Amino acid sequence: MDNLLQIIIDHYNYWIVIILMMIGFYVVIARGNLVKKLVGLNIFQTSVFLLYISVGNVMGGTAPILVSEAAEARPDAQVLYTNPLTSVLILTAIVVGVATTSLGLALVVRIKESYGTMEEDEIIDMDQAEDKAERDRLRGPTPEEIAEGHPS
Amino acid sequence: MTLVIDVFLFLFLMITAVAMARMNSLFGVVMMSGIYSLLSAALFMVMDAPDVAFTEAAVGAGISTVLMLGTLALVGRVQKPALRRHHFAALGIVIVTGIALAYGTYDLPAFGDADNPVQTSTVTERYVDVSGREIGIPNIVTSVLASYRGYDTLGETVVVFTAAVAVLVLLGRARRRGVTGEERESDLQ
Repeated sequence: MDNLLQIIIDHYNYWIVIILMMIGFYVVIARGNLVKKLVGLNIFQTSVFLLYISVGNVMGGTAPILVSEAAEARPDAQVLYTNPLTSVLILTAIVVGVATTSLGLALVVRIKESYGTMEEDEIIDMDQAEDKAERDRLRGPTPEEIAEGHPS
Repeated sequence: MTLVIDVFLFLFLMITAVAMARMNSLFGVVMMSGIYSLLSAALFMVMDAPDVAFTEAAVGAGISTVLMLGTLALVGRVQKPALRRHHFAALGIVIVTGIALAYGTYDLPAFGDADNPVQTSTVTERYVDVSGREIGIPNIVTSVLASYRGYDTLGETVVVFTAAVAVLVLLGRARRRGVTGEERESDLQ
């Protein structure tokens, strides 16, 4: 029982992050609206950031900013810093994430202009209808149509 | 105390995320995503990563929300209600993936463990010990980001620049010609 409690305390943070990640994943695959999909991608992305920062966190540590020299001069004052490297990685990832989000949103605006909709299923239907029309045009009239006597 | 705040913020995050998944009004979804970013910024602060918290609050809660609102102004804010038929397959995939990932966490070090391999690696120790003397900036994150890994930051700037150019190309073209999809189709016929 103690063991189980220890496992939960050790891992609850990761589990909650995974739940958030899966909510984002669900939004991306189950919702047809393109803006909603991008929001789901953002949820997913933020949960990855949270995972990284969780790994770098140290209980009883302090932010990775060097404490003043007066405090450092004392030999017994071994300061415990939270890991700076995870923060550096995630700083880069946040900025790049916004760049990709804005590119995605620009694509949504273009799709809306061209198709008049931003629902995935409607766009697929329109594409398929267009493909079918193209195939019919290339193939020319079918034998039945010629037999019936109106060639186009 | 930190633990309690941590758990509460995570709970709020989950509630916000579920609300976003269920909502049909896109304006509401965008507003909720701003709240979500702000909550995660608070969580970064609790987990001792102030630099990430500032960036998330400014970029995630600020710029992202503004960009999404701008998009909604162009594309409209109504979403067709979600289709029922997708749901079970999607839910199944999500649950299986989630369980696989949760199984993977057993190999991760315990949360907040000071002996965790990330923490005891020589790279981390070197940055913590020497960066203050070498660079002269108390903030280790800044030293690493701007000096030790300055070329990475330059690369990041290139990515942002490329995205900005792509957005301008995508949006600028249609604006200049003033052509919408239907008009172009009628041109072709």
